[in-house]
This record gives sequence, C-alpha cells and structure tokens, in this order.
Amino acid sequence: MNKRPQAAKRGNVRPILWRGIRGRNLPVISKLAGQRNVALGRRTVLGLGAALTGSLALGAESAHSETSEMSPPADAPWSQSLGAGVVDRPYGTPAEFEAGVIRRNVPWLTAGTESSISFSPLQSLNGIITPNGLFFERYHAGRPDVDPAQHRLMIHGMVERPLLLTMQDIMRFPSVSRIHFIECPANGGMEWRSAQLNSLQFNHGMISCAEWTGVKLSTLLEEVGLKKEAKWAMVEGADGAHMNRSLPLEKCLDDCLIVYAQNGEALRPEQGYPLRLVVPGWEGNVSIKWLRRIKLGDKPWYSREETSKYTDLMPDGTSRGFTWLIDAKSVITFPCPEKPVSGPGLYEIRGLAWTGNGKVKRVDVSVDGGVNWQTAQLHEPVLSKALTRFTLPWRWDGKPALLESRVIDETGYVQPTIAQLRQQRGTNSVYHNNSIQTWQVKADGSVFDVQLG
Amino acid sequence: MFNWAEHRLLWGAIALLMTTASAAAAEPGHFGYGTTPTAAQIAGWDIDVRGDDGVGLPAGKGSVSQGESVFADQCAACHGTFGEGEGRFPKLAGGNGTLKDDRPEPTVGSYWPFAPTLFDYINRAMPMPTPHTLSSDDVYALTAYILNLNNIVPNDFVADRESLPKIKMPNHDSFVWTDPRPDTAAKPCMSACIDPGAVKITATAEGNGLTPKTTGPLDNMQPK
Repeated sequence: MNKRPQAAKRGNVRPILWRGIRGRNLPVISKLAGQRNVALGRRTVLGLGAALTGSLALGAESAHSETSEMSPPADAPWSQSLGAGVVDRPYGTPAEFEAGVIRRNVPWLTAGTESSISFSPLQSLNGIITPNGLFFERYHAGRPDVDPAQHRLMIHGMVERPLLLTMQDIMRFPSVSRIHFIECPANGGMEWRSAQLNSLQFNHGMISCAEWTGVKLSTLLEEVGLKKEAKWAMVEGADGAHMNRSLPLEKCLDDCLIVYAQNGEALRPEQGYPLRLVVPGWEGNVSIKWLRRIKLGDKPWYSREETSKYTDLMPDGTSRGFTWLIDAKSVITFPCPEKPVSGPGLYEIRGLAWTGNGKVKRVDVSVDGGVNWQTAQLHEPVLSKALTRFTLPWRWDGKPALLESRVIDETGYVQPTIAQLRQQRGTNSVYHNNSIQTWQVKADGSVFDVQLG
Repeated sequence: MFNWAEHRLLWGAIALLMTTASAAAAEPGHFGYGTTPTAAQIAGWDIDVRGDDGVGLPAGKGSVSQGESVFADQCAACHGTFGEGEGRFPKLAGGNGTLKDDRPEPTVGSYWPFAPTLFDYINRAMPMPTPHTLSSDDVYALTAYILNLNNIVPNDFVADRESLPKIKMPNHDSFVWTDPRPDTAAKPCMSACIDPGAVKITATAEGNGLTPKTTGPLDNMQPK
C-alpha cells in the first residue's frame, strides 16, 4: 500500500469530524481510528499507520487545509456561530481533535494493569514540561486514592525528635519549586536484546518532566534532628505495596524534595497525591509516591525493590545493586515512527536530552547512522536534571536515512551506542539502557526503530 | 525620644536579626509544626524488616507445612502451586544456575540475596488484592514454604526472627553494592567516525507484531 488511498479516504472523513464537534460527540476520533484500522489492517499500524497518526495528531491544521467548505475562501462554521461560554469546562480539557494523545500501555508486558507502567506520548508533546494528565504512570499495587485530610508523614528512627506531619503542617514549611525529570530505569528496557517496539512512545515514554513544589527533604531532616549514627533513610509509600527504598543520607540532604504540587496544581493521584518524594536525577523508583514514612537508620534496608528488582544482571552472573543514577540520554522525537516525514524538503529534527548528572552540555545529530555528526541547537531553559530540548534543520533528499542523537553532559560523559552498552553489560540487565536510538527513515518517509551493528 | 515610626523600625530590625540568626542555626524543632507520634502510632506503621540482618522482624513463627496451606489459599492462583508462576505472574522457585544463560530465570532461590527481605515483601505487599491481611505467623510460614520450594531450607524448617537472618541465600555473594558506572567511554567523534560500509541494520522492530497502536483507543493487543 502507499499513502494515496488514505489521502482519498480523508475526504470522506472530514464531515464526520465536523459533526462530532457540533454534536459534542467526544469519541469521534477514536471511532475514526477504529474504522481506519479495520480497513487498512495490521501492517498499516506499523507502517502507514504512522503517517495516519501524523495527520490526526498534528492535527486539525493539515486536515482542514483540504476541506473546501471550511478553508479559504469559505468562512469556517466555527466562525459563524457562538462558541461555548466560560466555565463550560470548569476544569479545562484538550481539544477533541487531540483525543488520541494519551498515555498508553503495552498489555503483554505485565500480568495486569495494577502492577504495570504506562508511557507518555512523547511524539505529540512539545517543550520540556509534561502535562499532568500525560505524565507516565508506574504502580506496584494500583493507584491509591488518598484522602489528604487523613494522610500523614511520619519521620522516625535515628532522629532526635520523631515527627508526625499533616498535609497542612508540611505546607507551612519553607517551599521551593524545581523542574526535574523522572525516568523509570526500565525505559528502553525492551530493547536490550533487539529492536522490539516500533514506537517513540513505547521505547522512550517512561520519562516525564514537571515543575515540582514542596519542601526540601533537608529542611525536614534538620527539623527532626539527625542522630550521629544515621547514614541512610528508608522511604515508604501509602499504597497497597507500601513501596519502599533506601537512600543514602548525602543524597537526602543534597537535593531531594518532598512535594505536593506538580506544574502548579496539586499532585495528580497517579503521581502520588497528596505527597511524594522527588529524587532528582535518580531512577524513578526511588521517588516514592503517596509518601507516608521516612525512617533513618545506619544501613540500607535491601528491600525487594532494591534486590530482586532494580538491580542489573551482568553476563558473568553478578548483579549491580544501588545503581541509582540516570546516565545521560537523548532521543529524536521528530521524525519518529509515529511522526514520519512526508516527502523531500526542509524539516526540523527535534528531540529531548537529559542527564541525572546535572546539565546537558551538547547534543549531536547524525543522519547517516553515526558516520558524521552535527551539533544541534539547545533551547533554553537548560536546567539541571531536567529535560532539555534540541533542534537541527535537516534538508531531506528523499533517500533512506538513519537518524541518531548523542548527548554529552556537563561531566563530559558521552551517550553510548547499544553495542557499547552490550559489550559491558550483555543483554539481561533490564534497566539503565541509555543507548543512542536509531530511527530508520525509508524513501517513502516512514520511520522504524532499528539497531545498528 | 523615639517616635512610633522609629520604634517600629527598630523592633523590626531586631526581629529580622533574630529570624536570620535562628534560621541559620536550624535547630531541631525550629519550626515546631506537627506532633510527636505516640509509641502506638509508630508501632502501627513501623513494619520494615532489614534484609541483611533481619532487624525489625516481629515475634511469631511459621513452618513449611503451615506455609503450604496458606500458600494454596492466598498465593497459588497467581504464583502456581509450586511457585512456578501463572501466566505473567512471577515465578518464585527454580532457575538455579541460569543467571549466566541467554534467558536467565531470576527467582527467590536463584536471585534474591537476603531471606528476611522475603518476609518484608510478603508482609508489606502481598497478597496483591488484599495486602496487610496476613498474620505474622502466616507471613513466616509463607517465607518458610517459599524457601523450601527452592531447596534452601529443609521440610522441618520453622521461620522466625532468629532463624531467617541466619540463612545464606545461594546468590548472596553475586551482588556488588557499588555502582561501577560510567562503564562506557564513548568519544564524541564528529566526522568519518565509522566506515560507512560498516553501518548495517542488525535488528528492526518493523513488522514483528509487538507494538500496540499509538492512535485511537487503547490497544489491548497480546503478543503473537
């Protein structure tokens, strides 16, 4: 199949979209997507389907340009009517045309959805901030819906003055706001062995970035007073799994935050409402959500989540524990399998870079599989332990290309290839795959997840 | 003589000095918010058990045979009667000697470094649909049963706060608790970095049927 039949189909589709708006018929786009897949079959999902995504999610704009009755010279229907009033949607929602921009899961990856993960739709996001409704989810016992009036934070163990704090108490402490990413160390974990998932969302969407507001953990630890023997903190959630991890005291006193707000509003239940820990630059699992307890001690706890899980199995049978740091990583978010290119011409390659080791210093982009590289432009703000945007103009000649990005962080660390990582760690370590992503662009503009030898 | 304005200014300055001084000190209790938890409040939440030495293990005990019946009632539906795992739920036993294999099987027996961690995890998170409903004796019994399934303890083993920390798990010595990264030393070469002829696609996700849809409603696809 080529793209032609689809373009023809679009003509039929448009009036339905419009009826959807008029009738405030929300599931219109979902219905459309369903119809198209029935018509085009599974291969379309992987190949041409990507092109389809482009037209739907890039939106309205390209779709309308072909619609005679709504585009120039016609006056569009929405220009000829009275719109909805204020508080029609007292809590705002995205445009109906964006209904496909959602967190998604890989159902075959986990036994159920309660101990599972969903991925942010990076292919449809712009900028460094993840909207709260699209922040990736990771649960170990489902999402608890916690009553903030009943929620408590207990700090005890090797402290001078154990404390029990209500949410009101916590909000009285001096507050700070910081922008930081949170990435699950299993992001890209399915690609250790081979290229498996043909998608930016599923290969890289276990990362999101937000502005967090709360109190510095160091403030709370000063308030309780640490005993001399205290060297570690055990942090624990109020979820059904009472998820817990150990953190060395130096990190707690350095930059950890106990937060109650995310991008200006209260934390979402999915991200730990009403209170979570944010451990900047470290694997997301330690940023305990629904935080209920901090216990100080002289040794680590070796909990299940830091022994059986979140340890890295090496080819010689040994395992690395306490590998908290998120090493520098980058990925091209356009083009990508979900957002292919549509014919030769000038494009802006766009992407995201990040490092747990401070700031991104430089990002290079290759369009020939790593033979030659050009330095991309970094976009402000470039913040420590936050997503950083990069772009590079690219004139595509219509020939097959292999797109890659490579980040260098402020420590001088250079993002490795998957081959370099495998040489050190084999293929069974599950976590911390921060390798360079290669996108194969075919002559028809479609994009695929590939790995190079 | 002070007038009122000067008076207020002076007191303001003194107050400011005091605030600055005390903020810098940050003595425990400086803010004074919150309450001191009672012993009962702490005891209710203080559930953690430390993996390497078992500190925090509660009173109580449980045998392998008790564990077998609790397991059948509470765990087997997901983990299988003998810990073999149903569907994609975790396998709890077996896999010994597979960690260097192409497809390793990490289980409690083949992978976990500390026995008390097993008590801690069952107690804090299991059974998944009804966590925190088992007695300490039941949790001890389950711990004993799962260790026995892995041939780590004999059939007559009784798990308690004394016996669990003494168990040395088979994979205990394989863990390194310091991070050796960075373990790659890539160089930021800019041009003619590799032979263009050597650039070969060795793997592609195209057409392998593993990727859910990223348009329309959520895809509930199962692997082919």
